[in-house]
Amino acid sequence: MSEELLKVLKSAGLDILSCMHCGTCTGSCPSGRHTGLNTRRVIRDARKNRATVLSDDALWLCTTCYTCQERCPRGIPITDALLELRRLAVREGFMRPEHRRVSEMVLECGHAVPLDEETKKKREELGLDPVPDTVQKYPEALEELKTLLKTCKFNELAAEK
Amino acid sequence: MNKLSLFLGCIVPNRYPGIEKATKLCLQRLEIDASDLPGASCCPAPGVFKSFDKATWLALASRNIVLSERIGRDILTVCNGCYGSLADANMELKKDPEMKACTNTCLKEIGMEFKGTAEVRHIIEFLYREFGPEKLKDYLTTPLDLKVALHYGCHLIKPSKDRNLGETEAPVFFDELVEATGAKSVDYTDKMMCCGAGGGVRSGYAAESLEMLEHKLACIKKAGVDCIVNACPFCHLQFDRGQLAVNEKFGTDYSIPVLHYSQLLGLALGFSPDQLGIEQNAVQNIEFLAKIYEISAGLR
Repeated sequence: MSEELLKVLKSAGLDILSCMHCGTCTGSCPSGRHTGLNTRRVIRDARKNRATVLSDDALWLCTTCYTCQERCPRGIPITDALLELRRLAVREGFMRPEHRRVSEMVLECGHAVPLDEETKKKREELGLDPVPDTVQKYPEALEELKTLLKTCKFNELAAEK
Repeated sequence: MNKLSLFLGCIVPNRYPGIEKATKLCLQRLEIDASDLPGASCCPAPGVFKSFDKATWLALASRNIVLSERIGRDILTVCNGCYGSLADANMELKKDPEMKACTNTCLKEIGMEFKGTAEVRHIIEFLYREFGPEKLKDYLTTPLDLKVALHYGCHLIKPSKDRNLGETEAPVFFDELVEATGAKSVDYTDKMMCCGAGGGVRSGYAAESLEMLEHKLACIKKAGVDCIVNACPFCHLQFDRGQLAVNEKFGTDYSIPVLHYSQLLGLALGFSPDQLGIEQNAVQNIEFLAKIYEISAGLR
């Protein structure tokens, strides 16, 4: 698995081997100030082929603000690499229940944040149609979306393992 | 200028319809041809879908793009998340034939094909590039005497290699658009810091997300402004609804009004606060509402 981690990153055009461990990423991280995310350590662990990097919750504490990537003196696409690590983690079955619920919402109604009664009222107050002109309004569009998600086998990926 | 289709995403139509209304009013007033995009779905949310599976992310994003391709229009987003997701997907599919073929195999199941004929725009970069602050001023009826804490948000400008909107440590283009309304964009500590919502952190780690938000709010409060202005409904939701959650969690008493840029511009174009849905926010700051009603009525 360890060799694979670096190989997968590299084949996605994400070379992290030039990291010199300066810590600019960690020092720039708005999440790391408040949470257990230590970006430099994530990159080091990935580089050292430590499989634990995929099971570490820290991977999901990144807000993907891209500050580390913008500031990296070696030009390493750190945030993009972290996203690739997340995708590998998901394939290994690591997915937070809250994130699973968000994806179930899209599977169900086509939106990560579905329409509610309170917003319908607000829309009417503004003179807007209570149901927006999106996938929620058109059953055939929702069917299209569901077919697409099934084609991508997303149901299986998001299903509880 | 290409014709546009307005991509709503999730949070605008389903939580903050005031932003939808304000955007439509501004586009009309500025005589920008922007149609609806019937049947569009979640962009999909980059924090979750791009973090889960690239093929699914590209398939869902490309379906939205194809809807706009079919009517011969570029997509206009009013959300940094939608912009990040759709613009990145569009770019990747245009430059990688293999990925495009793979995505089109999925799209074929629903009778669609991604051609790569549409661009993805964000209202802020669109207004800046196609209008510019000076031209915008020609449309102004109500100069706004407001002090504003501007929040760019992350995915409007980053990753900079793909956005081409200049450097990311201290950009000014959005400030210029804010000041075109007559408002003053006030500098504050950690102005370019993330609101703490993105990347699935708000949904996955609420407490940690609020800690980041509390830091931003403390910096903004210190700057002494009338309101926060953003360009992203997810940042908007974090600042507005999150503010109440921060007060509950930290015992603070923040009451900083939050406006999407379309709502700020709407005021300057002569629309009233109730037309723009500003009162529908979670944060209810009576003094601010009184002030903008006075400005709107020409009393200040």
